[in-house]
Amino acid sequence: MTDEHAAPIRVLIAKPGLDGHDRGAKVLARGLRDEGFEVIYTGLRQTPEMIADAAAQEDVDVVGLSILSGAHMTLLPKVATLLHERGMDDVLLAAGGIIPDADIAALKAAGIAEIFGPGTTIGEVARYLREHARRSG
Amino acid sequence: MAGPAELLRDARGGDRRALARLLTAIESDAPGIRELLPELLAAGQGGHLVGITGPPGSGKSTLVNRLVGEWRRRGRRVGVLAIDPSSPFTGGAIMGDRIRMMEHAGDADVFIRSMAARGELGGLAAVTWLAAAALDAAGFDPVLIETVGAGQSEVEIARLAETTVVVEVPEMGDEVQVIKAGLLEVADLIVVNKGDRPGAEPAARQLRAMLSSVGGRLTRTPPPVLVATALSGEGVAAVADAVEAHRQTARGPQRARDRARHQLRRALAHLVTRRAEAHPDWEATLDALAERRLDPLTAAERLTGDW
Repeated sequence: MTDEHAAPIRVLIAKPGLDGHDRGAKVLARGLRDEGFEVIYTGLRQTPEMIADAAAQEDVDVVGLSILSGAHMTLLPKVATLLHERGMDDVLLAAGGIIPDADIAALKAAGIAEIFGPGTTIGEVARYLREHARRSG
Repeated sequence: MAGPAELLRDARGGDRRALARLLTAIESDAPGIRELLPELLAAGQGGHLVGITGPPGSGKSTLVNRLVGEWRRRGRRVGVLAIDPSSPFTGGAIMGDRIRMMEHAGDADVFIRSMAARGELGGLAAVTWLAAAALDAAGFDPVLIETVGAGQSEVEIARLAETTVVVEVPEMGDEVQVIKAGLLEVADLIVVNKGDRPGAEPAARQLRAMLSSVGGRLTRTPPPVLVATALSGEGVAAVADAVEAHRQTARGPQRARDRARHQLRRALAHLVTRRAEAHPDWEATLDALAERRLDPLTAAERLTGDW
């Protein structure tokens, strides 16, 4: 299969935990659509289990977590663990939102591949995902 | 990585990850899928294929979510294919139908998959049919296919289903909307959703009156029209009952043959297009057409004439 006919990269965008603001997630979803990605948005207030189960059924290449609530040190590693338990180690797990620099190293050690803070452009996210996501199939 | 045959075997054995991968392979027409088709068909367990369509915002996903809950209470395993359009410019898509269905995310007896239309109409119909066959082989019954019902293209996809449910809202318009050709014609069951709004019952009465007065060459019995409120769940059990009741009718020889004819035509259009695109004169013919030196029918004949 040549690259130009390759299937689009599938991305699940999810908001774990109790945080009611999804403007950022929606902007990213829309931006990635325009970059040619297939984006599945699952809405607000998801448990890590719901996110991992949805990711498994959708067979996505990327899971993107948006979190602004401050609960990232609990919720993000939990999603990483659940994906691992479901045999989804080849899925790229990335996060964005309000995450202090001091927490980034620990999150990366827990299996979050990359963390995008405020000010990141859609283009930067798209480029990163194209370079690092496995292809479907 | 496991090939399609292994994925099918594991999916039939209850491996959800294998089923997810099989669906990806089907969607991207991966190597080995074509060869697997006889086996996929033979693995079918007779799951009821139900199409759910209707205009954007009419509450299809919410209704599907409630129907899944209703059928789970009846002990059934339910598969869902939720189809959203792809951008014709970038090929990208946003699929948001799952938002209304997340309460079923962790249920091992529910499998929900979002699919982007990826442009090709005939191809999408074929892919949808195969994806539904995969869910059927994995033991899901019914298999619900949710599409955006904005026009003729969705009529195509709805026709794949054995039973087609068209979801409308009370504000759907006047009587003339009802007698226009299109979506309502392919309905086996019509649900006026958002039944808690004023005008729901009158809209349903209007639909019943207009649909029952058809004469002429149409011999179909008019579809039942039900009022439901998907958000609260009111009337949803009756919708599930009506879908079940249609199962026998849907499997009558005449209906099965109508669907078969339609599917065959679709598959042919898909194949013929693919073959014609590989014709050495494809580009030149396109140019001739673009410069109006040729009409589309002659162009098509030229590309297929030497077969």
